[in-house]
Amino acid sequence: MHMADALITPAVAGTMYACSAAAAAYSIKKVKEENSPEKIPVMGVMGAFVFATQMINFTIPGTGSSGHLCGGMLLSALLGPYAGFLTMIGVLLIQGLLFADGGLLALGCNVWNMAFYGCFVGTLVIWLPMMKKGFSTGKIIAASIIGCMLTLQLGAFSVTLETLCSGITELPFSVFVMTMQPIHLAIGFVEGLITAAVLVFVYNARPELLYGNADAGASSDAAAGFSYKSTIAILAICTALIGGGLSLFASSNPDGLEWSMEQVAGTAELEAEGGIYDYAAALQDTTSLLPDYAFKDSESAAGTSFSGIFGSIIVAALCMGACYVFSFFRKKKEKDI
Amino acid sequence: MTDKISSAMYDLHHINALASRDQWMNNKHPLVKLIITVFYIAVTVSFDKYDLPGLFAMFVYPLAGFILSEISFADTLKRIRLVLPFVLLLGILNPFLDRHVIMLGGFAVRGGSISMITLILKCIFTVLAAYLLVATTPLERICYALQMLHVPEIMITQIMLMYRYIFLLINEVGRISQAYALRAPGQKGINIKAWGPLVGQLLLRTIDRGTLVYESMLLRGYSGNYDYLRERDIIKLSDLGYLAFWTALILIMRLVPVITLIGQVWNF
Repeated sequence: MHMADALITPAVAGTMYACSAAAAAYSIKKVKEENSPEKIPVMGVMGAFVFATQMINFTIPGTGSSGHLCGGMLLSALLGPYAGFLTMIGVLLIQGLLFADGGLLALGCNVWNMAFYGCFVGTLVIWLPMMKKGFSTGKIIAASIIGCMLTLQLGAFSVTLETLCSGITELPFSVFVMTMQPIHLAIGFVEGLITAAVLVFVYNARPELLYGNADAGASSDAAAGFSYKSTIAILAICTALIGGGLSLFASSNPDGLEWSMEQVAGTAELEAEGGIYDYAAALQDTTSLLPDYAFKDSESAAGTSFSGIFGSIIVAALCMGACYVFSFFRKKKEKDI
Repeated sequence: MTDKISSAMYDLHHINALASRDQWMNNKHPLVKLIITVFYIAVTVSFDKYDLPGLFAMFVYPLAGFILSEISFADTLKRIRLVLPFVLLLGILNPFLDRHVIMLGGFAVRGGSISMITLILKCIFTVLAAYLLVATTPLERICYALQMLHVPEIMITQIMLMYRYIFLLINEVGRISQAYALRAPGQKGINIKAWGPLVGQLLLRTIDRGTLVYESMLLRGYSGNYDYLRERDIIKLSDLGYLAFWTALILIMRLVPVITLIGQVWNF
């Protein structure tokens, strides 16, 4: 779900940077308020852990595919939403810088799509309310799966919106959404299962490590119980959210269609009138990239294209020549020294 | 060790080795390189989806950067493998959905085809620019630049620690995966029964390691600030010149159709 720099415009990138920065500033304030400096090294090492374990392939039984851990949910279940969010920013920055998985400009979008939903929504809306009356294996599994599915749905929907706002794809909104959401529903389920397996292990081995479980000694599975009521209530809210979202897509289908028609309508209408060449001539004045030398006859056109290609070669040659000359003189200067 | 983990380790060590060289580009101030990279990426993605000739001129920065920093261009292209599939997925239908007619070089072409090419070029250029930054600047110097930009200390500290421990943990994950693969031959990944204990054990060790790291830091006088980041790195006049040169050139390439103008000289 990592967005690349190429998929967004500077305006979208700036907006998402501002949103993510606001969430980061709030998280830093909250982490400072917690006044637990020992958490900072743990955050760093945990970030490295998420990074490393995302390289393990977990086989999904009955299928040939595999999945990996849901970083945001796991981190916030252990470190809390604020420290988890800050850790995820680090993970995403390093992924973008060192592995080209994401990007510098798209960092704000990626932080929002993956870290914000994963940590804030995952913990504050799912994890903490479900664990309010105590922890249990069943609740951890349910919270992990629901949390991962919901946060991935929100993240995927944001990816769709950000990409469409950037105007880089011609895919109609409805088609894009209906491609992204079901895929991420399945991914979310698998990631939820894997995250649940790890968190249940931690719960059995060191329950005090789980966020919100400070009084681990006092609580137990029997005492906590698995509240079907609260789980069903949360499931209902999620269903309403996702269902509401989907109905929005359904109702926006005609709009989406209109939107996509607007993008292609001009051409379609003119084609219907049988005048693609007329249209091209009309379009030439306004949208031609090379208005000064776009000629009608093919001979000139070929010449013009050739000039464009030749221009590129000249720029490349100039650039390479200048760099080599610069390197040559620099090395000579270094030798002289 | 699985291919994915080996490849990640190779990439990390390779980038680390490149960034640690005593080379002209590496010695430029990290803040200057960071600003140029972000500015270049922002300008590159700001090109209109049909402005192929304008966008194409932007290859000058990565090309010059790779020559000056003496980094293999071909090795770098494989980095695009992670982001290109999604970019392609979004752009591949453009030629079919966008039937606007665009005149390019005197030829009438479908706007969708042009927008697909510009999307792929944007992806390649931005990935190359980011790579140029990390291959010529060690992460701790990038963190130093972030510190100069007043990014909070807490973020920088954990990014630094994360980077330091990534090497260690990827190695550990590699050993775990290898040990599992040797005991469960022929399996594609880790079986569902082993998911929890296998990763959970590593997680517990990691948390304990984090606590030990903190205790060691305290013993060495850690007070919440990373003093060693206070390098003697000052922005020199040559760094400012480098910044001014690239900023001006990138702006010119954005505002003036350089390739078109140069091509016109040879308009036969």
